Amino acid sequence: MSEKNFLEVKDLTIHYETDGGVVEAVNGVSFSLAQGETLGLVGETGAGKTTIALGIMNLVPNPPGKIKAGEIVFEGEDLLKKKPKEMRRIRGDKISMIFQDPMTALNPVKTVADQISEVIRLHQKLSRADALRKACEMLELVGISAERINDYPHQFSGGMKQRVVIAIALACNPSLLIADEPTTALDVTIQAQVIEMMGRLKEELKTSMILITHDLGVVAEMCDKVAIMYAGEVVEYGALEDIYEGEHHHPYTVGLFGAIPDLDKDTDRLTPIDGLMPDPMALPQGCNFCPRCPHRRPECETLPPKPHEVSPGHTIRCHLFGKEEA
Amino acid sequence: MYTYSEGKEWAARFPGCGPLNRAMLKYIGKRLLMLVPVILGVTLIIFIMLALTPGDPARQILGGEATEEQVEELREELGLNDPLPVRYVRYIWDMLHGDLGTSYSSKQPVTKELLERFPTTLLLSILCTVVGAIIGIIFGIVSAVKQYTIFDNVSRVLALAGISIPSFWLGLMLIIVFSVNLKWLPSSGFYGPEYWILPAITVGLVQAATVMRQTRSAMLDVVRQDYIRTAKAKGQTELKVVMGHALPNALIPIITVLGMQFGHGLGGAVISEQIFAIPGIGKLMVDSITARDYPVVQGGVLMIAISFTVVNLLVDILYAFIDPRIKALYVGKKAKSSKKEEVKGAAAS
Repeated sequence: MSEKNFLEVKDLTIHYETDGGVVEAVNGVSFSLAQGETLGLVGETGAGKTTIALGIMNLVPNPPGKIKAGEIVFEGEDLLKKKPKEMRRIRGDKISMIFQDPMTALNPVKTVADQISEVIRLHQKLSRADALRKACEMLELVGISAERINDYPHQFSGGMKQRVVIAIALACNPSLLIADEPTTALDVTIQAQVIEMMGRLKEELKTSMILITHDLGVVAEMCDKVAIMYAGEVVEYGALEDIYEGEHHHPYTVGLFGAIPDLDKDTDRLTPIDGLMPDPMALPQGCNFCPRCPHRRPECETLPPKPHEVSPGHTIRCHLFGKEEA
Repeated sequence: MYTYSEGKEWAARFPGCGPLNRAMLKYIGKRLLMLVPVILGVTLIIFIMLALTPGDPARQILGGEATEEQVEELREELGLNDPLPVRYVRYIWDMLHGDLGTSYSSKQPVTKELLERFPTTLLLSILCTVVGAIIGIIFGIVSAVKQYTIFDNVSRVLALAGISIPSFWLGLMLIIVFSVNLKWLPSSGFYGPEYWILPAITVGLVQAATVMRQTRSAMLDVVRQDYIRTAKAKGQTELKVVMGHALPNALIPIITVLGMQFGHGLGGAVISEQIFAIPGIGKLMVDSITARDYPVVQGGVLMIAISFTVVNLLVDILYAFIDPRIKALYVGKKAKSSKKEEVKGAAAS
C-alpha cells in the first residue's frame, strides 16, 4: 500500500438518532493522511470533530450514534467493515486516542501503573513485571518520575493527568494517534509543555497524528495538513501553507482567522463571526454557512456547494469558487 | 533510568490496597467511641417508651389469678416501683458490668438469651444478603449495560414487583408451593441447610430488588464516564470494561444498600423469622414485647443498635478499600506532594 493511503476517510457520515430528531453530526467528510503526517481538524465546538475521531476508533456511542455511510481505510483495510474483535486489536495498539478532558479520562480507582500496563498487556505478550517496567518507562518518557507509578489519578495535577493519558496512548507505539483537544482543559503554561512534548514524541516515534483543536496557533506549529470543519462538513482542506498563506479561502476560514486578534493593530474588541452555528438537527438546505456568510448569493440558499479544488490538494466547499471554473 | 526492582520497593512502601494504616485505625477508634452516645440514647428512648406502654409486667408474669398483694410484692422485687431515673441509672450500671438483667418469662440472663439466638440471626442475615447481592448485582449490571432492551425492561418490572410484594406474602406463597405442594423443602425451623433455603430466598429476593435498582442506576452513571471510553479505546473487551472498570466505580452505592440490608437483617428479620418459625432475635423480640418482658426487649434493641452501628462502620471502612480518594481523606498526606512532582516533571521535559 502506498504511503498516501495510510489513512483515508471517504464520505464519512455519522448521525445521532435521538428521540428529539436526527443530529447530523458529520456529513460526507473526506480526508487522507500519509505516514508521519499530522492533520489538524479545526472548527468550533459542535462541528463534529470529536465524532469523526470516535468514528475512526469505532467508538461512536451506539445508540444513539450511527455511522450512516463512508469508508475509513486504514493501512488498506476498511475499519468500518472490521469485526468488533478485530477492531479491539487495532484500538490502543495501532490507533490510539488522547481524550479531551484529562480530569475524567482516567479511572479514579485504579493506579496509574494498572492503567498504563493494561494497554501494554492487551497488545503485547509481556509478563506483568515487564509490562510494569514498560509502564514506568512510558511515565518517564512523558516527564513524570517513575516513583509515582503506584499513585492514583487524584494524586496528580491536571497537566500530569494529561501526560498519563498521553503515556497510555503512546504505550504501544501506535501508527496513528488521534489527539482530541489535548490541551483545552489545561492552563496556558501547561498547554505549551504538553504541545511541545507531543511534537517531540511524534518525531521520536514517527507517529501520524490527527490533532483536533480550535487553537490555530497550535495547528500552525504542529500540522502538515489542515481541515477546517463547519457544521459537520470539511469546508476547506489543504496543506498548512494553503490554509495559512494561500490566496483563496472559504469565507468561514477567513472569519476564523479574522477572529484572531492582531498584535500590530490597536483594537478594543475581537472580530467575531456574526451569528451562530446552525442547529445540527435542522441544517440549512443549501450551504451550511450561508446564514452567516458575508458573500452569500441566491444559489447558496438552495444548493449545497461541492468541494472545489482551487489548487492541487487544496479544496474549498463554496459556490464562490465552483463558479469560476464553470 | 528507573528499574523495576526500585518500582517494587516503592510498591512495598506505598501498597495500593493497604488503607488500614494508623490514620485509618485512629478513625475506626473514633467511630467506636461514637458508639457510647448512641448506646446511651437508644437505651434512654427504649426505657421511656416501655415505661409509657400500658400493661404491668408483674401482672403479666403472675397471671390473672394472682392477688394484688402478690403483684405488689413482685413489683417491689423487680424494682419497678422505683422512679424511672433510678431504674435507668441502675440499668446502665449493670450494663457496664455485662449484665442486661434477667428475662421475666424464662428467668434466664438476657445476655444468654440474646447470644443463644444471635448466631441464627447472623447466619440468616448473611444468607439473605448473599442471595440479594448475587441476584441484585448481576441483574443490575446486565440491565445497565443492555439499557432499554427486553432484558432491562423485564428485570425492571420484576424489581418493582420485588419492592412492592410484602415479604410475608412471598414467604407464604413459597411455603405453599415448595413445602405444601411439592414437599421439597421444610416450612419451619432452622436446623440445617435445607431449612435455610426458603427464608434466604424470601428475604433475599426482596433485597435483590433494591440492590438491582441501585446497581443499575449506579452502573448507568458510571458507563457514561470518560474513563470507560478510555478503557474501550485501549482495546479492552466489553466484559472487562464492565467488570474491571465500571463495577468498582459503582460499588459504593451498592455496598451502602447491602450494608443497610445486612444491618436490618441482624436486627432480626422479624416477619420472616415469624413465618418460618426461626428462633432468631426477631422472633425473640416479638415474643418478648407481647409478654412485656422488659429486660429482653431492652437488651434486644440495644443489640440491634450496636450491630447496626458496627455494620455501618464496616461499610465506611470498605469505602476506603474501594475508592482511593476516600482513603486519601483519612491519610491526607501523600496527595500534597504532587505539586512538587509537577515542577520536577516540567523540568524533565
